[in-house]
Amino acid sequence: MTELSQLTLVEAAAALRTGECTSVALTESVLDRASLTEASVHAYLTIDRQGAMAAAEASDRRIAAEKPIGPLDGLPIALKDNMMTKGIETTASSKILSGYIPPYDGTVVKLLREAGAVFVGKTNLDEFAMGSSTENSAYGPTRNPWNLDTVPGGSSGGSAAAVAAGSALAGLGSDTGGSIRQPAALCGLVGMKPTYGLVSRYGLIAFASSLDQIGPLTRSVQDAAILYEAIAGHDPHDATSFPGPAPSGTERLGAGVEGLRVGVVNELSGEGIDDEVLVAFRTTIDRLANAGAEVVDLSLPSTATALSAYYLIAPAECSANLARFDGVRYGLRVDGSTVDEMMSLTRAEGFGSEVIRRILLGTYALSAGYYDAFYGQAQRVRTLIIQEFATAYEQVDVLVSPTAPAPAFELGAKTQDPLSMYMQDICTIPSNLSGHPAMSVPVGLSASGLPIGFQVMAPALGETVMFQVAAAIEALSDDIGRPVLEVVAS
Amino acid sequence: MNWEPVIGIEVHVELETASKMFCGCAVDFEAEPNTNVCPVCLGLPGALPVPNRKAIEWITKIGLAFNCSISERSQFHRKNYFYSDQPKNYQISQFDVPVCHDGWLDVTVAGATSRIRINRAHMEEDTGKSIHVGDSGRIHSATETLLNFNRAGVPLVEIVSEADIRSAAQARAYAQDLRTVVTALGVSDAKLEEGSIRFDANVSIRPVGTEPFGTKVEVKNMNSFRSLERAVDYEIRRQEGVLESGGIVHQETRHWDEGEGVTHSMRSKEGSSDYRYFPEPDLLPIEVTDEWRDEIAATLPEMPAARALRYVALGADGDSASSLAGSEALATLFESAVEAGAPGNVVANWLTGEVTAWSRRESLDVAESALTGKHLRDLAAMVAANSLSSTAAKEVLGYVLAGEGGPAEVATAHDLVQISDSGALEEAVDEVIADNAEQFARLAGGEDKLIGFFVGLVMRVTGGKADPRAVTEILRSRIS
Repeated sequence: MTELSQLTLVEAAAALRTGECTSVALTESVLDRASLTEASVHAYLTIDRQGAMAAAEASDRRIAAEKPIGPLDGLPIALKDNMMTKGIETTASSKILSGYIPPYDGTVVKLLREAGAVFVGKTNLDEFAMGSSTENSAYGPTRNPWNLDTVPGGSSGGSAAAVAAGSALAGLGSDTGGSIRQPAALCGLVGMKPTYGLVSRYGLIAFASSLDQIGPLTRSVQDAAILYEAIAGHDPHDATSFPGPAPSGTERLGAGVEGLRVGVVNELSGEGIDDEVLVAFRTTIDRLANAGAEVVDLSLPSTATALSAYYLIAPAECSANLARFDGVRYGLRVDGSTVDEMMSLTRAEGFGSEVIRRILLGTYALSAGYYDAFYGQAQRVRTLIIQEFATAYEQVDVLVSPTAPAPAFELGAKTQDPLSMYMQDICTIPSNLSGHPAMSVPVGLSASGLPIGFQVMAPALGETVMFQVAAAIEALSDDIGRPVLEVVAS
Repeated sequence: MNWEPVIGIEVHVELETASKMFCGCAVDFEAEPNTNVCPVCLGLPGALPVPNRKAIEWITKIGLAFNCSISERSQFHRKNYFYSDQPKNYQISQFDVPVCHDGWLDVTVAGATSRIRINRAHMEEDTGKSIHVGDSGRIHSATETLLNFNRAGVPLVEIVSEADIRSAAQARAYAQDLRTVVTALGVSDAKLEEGSIRFDANVSIRPVGTEPFGTKVEVKNMNSFRSLERAVDYEIRRQEGVLESGGIVHQETRHWDEGEGVTHSMRSKEGSSDYRYFPEPDLLPIEVTDEWRDEIAATLPEMPAARALRYVALGADGDSASSLAGSEALATLFESAVEAGAPGNVVANWLTGEVTAWSRRESLDVAESALTGKHLRDLAAMVAANSLSSTAAKEVLGYVLAGEGGPAEVATAHDLVQISDSGALEEAVDEVIADNAEQFARLAGGEDKLIGFFVGLVMRVTGGKADPRAVTEILRSRIS
């Protein structure tokens, strides 16, 4: 049998049911793995060994009594550190929340707890989810298990690296402009962003409220579908939560792509995309066509302006969302001679440079006299993108593109050039602006052995067909395996 | 030069819903500090607002009561500014599309009625409260600030008038009438002294006969209707003084000092403030369908102005009718007394006279007294039957208010009942005639001024409880 820490959720759940292993054994396996990999990978900010072992033991008792709660019972999962976990430090990788212990569980965390999942710990991210490399963390960067000189992507790079390295079987990330899908692509995983509103944002530290969405990072499409189903559903604590039932993720897995119409977005599949990525993308398109899909080339011209619109809307929202971190009620406080001075000093000390850059950008974009030219214009672009997508989905079932423009880059390569870092999300941002679901599936390795991702996008509430296509791609692609990570016991 | 004041009033009303605007915490100001709080109203990371449907219903009610149009879809916005008692450092408010817009309220001052247009009424949330601890209790010398978030997130309705008000007296009347309506709706206790209703005035002046507005000054911190009127009056005169002496009125916020009777300039950061409003992404637009609006309209109680008209028809004079209609407690007593058969004019006078005076003297709400409509009916009946003089009736009313018992009971206990039994009175008159035969002969002979002498004697014999008119009648009957 494979090393326990390398199992998929589905394989592990089966092993638990047949008694081949226990949740305690699974949990120890990922914890042992973490103790080997963390020194080099640094996927976690907090590892909750005690809590994880207690949850695993409780799960084993349920399984022994033949009363497991569901498909996730007893499975070790990593949580991005921007999700509220009662009693466990939650910092969003920011100094301003250093030592902050939330008094409540976010809805997704609560759902997973109730489903019997075992939380290994809280994973690293770009501070407040702002970044594409997990280098913008006040607690140091995370490295890509496929090549420790490269970044894991971001902002959910910690969760992605944990799953890739074997220190969790699956992870949760949050995706505001590609923060699940891009690290999934760079770490050789499946990463999925649900339709806006399907997964509750209650208890997720807000970056850009109209774009944020929690989703799974897993080793297989089926795992992603199962984890998605566990966290999706209406939440009365989130006023933007979709009131109806969430579409199935698992229903049409294995149904193939025969007769499905697949649209290739020209604007996202040519200029600015690395050659190796394009080759892998084209190869996958050919395989889909061979498997019976009808491939159509489509133009979505407004996606060219999506990045600009995103970098006005997201900073504008974040400028308000991050205003609450002021040193008054919780978190870091730097004393000053007046309350205003205390707030200023606290924020200057507590926020990293990328966060400050975006707060300033957003504050400026909302200022009197500039609102219409910046924020107002960005919202009009957003409306246009939604309309273009709607028209496209009249012709096709799913849209596809590469996930990230290139495989993982080296640490520090883009930290001095915010714009080139922002370009990482060129293919993923349109789905956040439109609110549509999208996911990344690994389709191959570059010549230097780094994973390449393929993005499948679907209309609102189109999760079922999206997972169907993603599963077909997974089946049609060569297995990239797991990263070979040289580790030394720390 | 003759100047014309141009005044607009902004009113903040705290709604007395069971729970806060965006979370389930209780609305209760009596509670221990920071006990009615949760992740949402404390602005903890990750918390999200969920709107209170009751508050939306109630602001719609307020809008309808002020003849406003109700937006089918209105939008929440974030109003961004840093302040330590504001947990998120933005307030969820409304900007370009409020729930209610374009209404009016008719206000009467010295017999002249004017229509004051209401620009809008929008929904927002209240802040927490800061308590500055230090030598003087004022912010500039405070060494510490304590924060109580029990009030944070309480539903707040802001009602903004057009600049249609033209005098301090009219400003006061508008504020009073507005409060009366809000109270009648039962959506807020609307107590000025406790801040559950707050009035700010925007005051400017312009030469009479000109159109353009002068520079406006916002006046804050008035905690009674009287101080509102005084503050506006002061501000008008202050601006006149400034302009007459060739000065310039600055756009600023001024603080009313009740003790000194003047307004002081607050730090004028206000003029340049930029709240960077943008649509609240955590909330969907508020929908008030025509159907829901009509349902809410059907629950509107009778408005004070309409009620006053009805009271006039029931016998109250105009001023009394307005006073009665403006007080839930007085109106209830008036209606139940009239329904029980009491004459409206008499009861109206008692309620606006003795009863109101009692309430002021005792600092008690009339609703807290023992007085009932039946008491008023009985009292009126005793006066009508001449068993109580109108003076004695007022005294009896005082005892009833104090909870001593019903009118008949207290009138007897305090020995105030008039002898109206004609047999007993005739006996007393005949006795006095017999004892004063000589004077009676002179009276019978035409010396009419002696009638007072006999009435006086009968009053003395009866210990003052005889009805003088009845005594006179009996005497007349003995003469003829």
